[in-house]
Amino acid sequence: MLEIIDLTKKYKNLTAVDALNLTIADGEFFGLLGPNGAGKTTTVRMISTLTPKTSGDIVIGGESIDRNLISIKAKIGVVPQQNNLENEMSAWENLEVHGMLYKMPKEKRRQKIDEMLEFTELTERRDDLTKNFSGGMKRKLMIARALLHEPELLLLDEPTVGLDAAARRKMWDLLKRLKSKGLTVLLTTHYIEEAEILCDRVGLIDKGKLLRLDAPANLIEEVGKVTVEYFADGETHEEFFPTREKANEYAGSLEGDVRIRPSNLEDVFLKFTNRRVES
Amino acid sequence: MSGLYGILWQEFVVFKRKFVATSISFLISPVLYLVAFGWGLGSGVEIGGVSYMAYIIPGIIGMSTMMTSFNNTANTINISRIFYKTFEDYMISPINMTVYALGKIISGAFYGIYSATLIIIMVSIFTNDLVITPYFIVIALLNCFVFSALGFLIGLLVNSHSDMAKFTSFVITPMSFLCGTFFPIDKMPEVLKWIIYLLPLTHTNLALRTTGESSQQMALHAGILVAYLVVLFVLGARHCKTVE
Ligand SMILES: Nc1ncnc2c1ncn2[C@@H]1O[C@H](COP(=O)(O)OP(=O)(O)O)[C@@H](O)[C@H]1O
Ligand SMILES: [Mg+2]
Repeated sequence: MLEIIDLTKKYKNLTAVDALNLTIADGEFFGLLGPNGAGKTTTVRMISTLTPKTSGDIVIGGESIDRNLISIKAKIGVVPQQNNLENEMSAWENLEVHGMLYKMPKEKRRQKIDEMLEFTELTERRDDLTKNFSGGMKRKLMIARALLHEPELLLLDEPTVGLDAAARRKMWDLLKRLKSKGLTVLLTTHYIEEAEILCDRVGLIDKGKLLRLDAPANLIEEVGKVTVEYFADGETHEEFFPTREKANEYAGSLEGDVRIRPSNLEDVFLKFTNRRVES
Repeated sequence: MSGLYGILWQEFVVFKRKFVATSISFLISPVLYLVAFGWGLGSGVEIGGVSYMAYIIPGIIGMSTMMTSFNNTANTINISRIFYKTFEDYMISPINMTVYALGKIISGAFYGIYSATLIIIMVSIFTNDLVITPYFIVIALLNCFVFSALGFLIGLLVNSHSDMAKFTSFVITPMSFLCGTFFPIDKMPEVLKWIIYLLPLTHTNLALRTTGESSQQMALHAGILVAYLVVLFVLGARHCKTVE
């Protein structure tokens, strides 16, 4: 579905995305996990044709993308990190304009709008101006908008950033429903849990470089499924073990504040970069 | 064409929603100019054999359509690019950027046309000095499109709100005073007169008055406005394809 080949973006002397290679299969829910400034948004913007790439190639369904290649744009749906709804318009009007821009015939458009409002639980708010929406509702409406024209690939740039815990949970439910429909999705996030819960495969990205790429369970297995966390010399340390027994053994040799827990993607990230994803 | 229709429909929905506030704001400065210059300063003054009031009404229509068309397009594009980011939603949509430019320029020109209509209705209530011919309408329309196209280009090029204000202070405001809005340009020093003669608003103002001009001169005014429109439109549409 999506093939990214040696994709690079340079801003003056900063390399925001550095020779990125990845392939996303049809129907896959793929996650790019990395801390702020890793290059996630830049990658998504290059795929959605907003930011020109410095070098490399992006191929969707066999075609290289280009801003002025109209045919390919309708295959992509984009939910940007920042709200870009028309404030002075209602939810329904926002979707109506989008449908027109994507040249959907009126009947199909209206039917899809109703369907997407239903899917994102916004039917009751269809006639309210979006400037009065909460952060979670705005994000849901942006998802409804991105799905309206039935894209083959959906790009979600940090869909839950800035949402409170309850709204985030609701968003995850929505994304799970999306996943069960079999759409191809590229999601970026700096939330460990989000990547673990939703993604079939996760790419760990830091400073523009892809460090590791695999299913969350495999990545965790690679570092060790069990983590021993202990406090010494004024800071928290982590050690990783393939089994509970080995972890117990090690923990037994330690003094003071010791915790044994299942490893997560944060630990994987920490192991490869010595840095944390969530700050 | 549903893409173009979508862009126009979006603008129209927003226009309808702010209809009253927009209408009032479009009338404030023309009324002030008419009161201050037409009645205040100009009572008893004649220019070229007509009362000063009759002289400045076409000028105020030229100036107002320029300001309204320019401001609406420039601000809409600039704010949607820099602040609301709604511009990006158009950039990723399967709309040809030339169609986008066309849609936004038509919308901005519409605001100018609407403000001209309001002014014409208002002045017709208390004076019959204003004579509207088909030529007058064509020129007024062209003026709206020229300055909407300029607004589109500037809205794309300028990267901050303060630079936008600078462009207005250095280009739009001087034009509104120097291009024959309030007094004939032959009163200006020779060198300045030639510069002024190159500016589009000058031709709008001359054409909206058309007292005693030959048909060649009339065609020249229209031709210059069309040339400005074509150049500005092409520049704006081309820039739109590469803007980040
Ligand atoms: N327009 C730009 N000009 C210069 N540097 C930029 C620009 N956009 C992003 N960057 C830089 O590129 C890097 C990656 O940013 P970004 O892709 O936004 O990261 P993320 O989305 O993972 O937080 C950051 O160091 C950021 O400062
Ligand atoms: Mg980002």
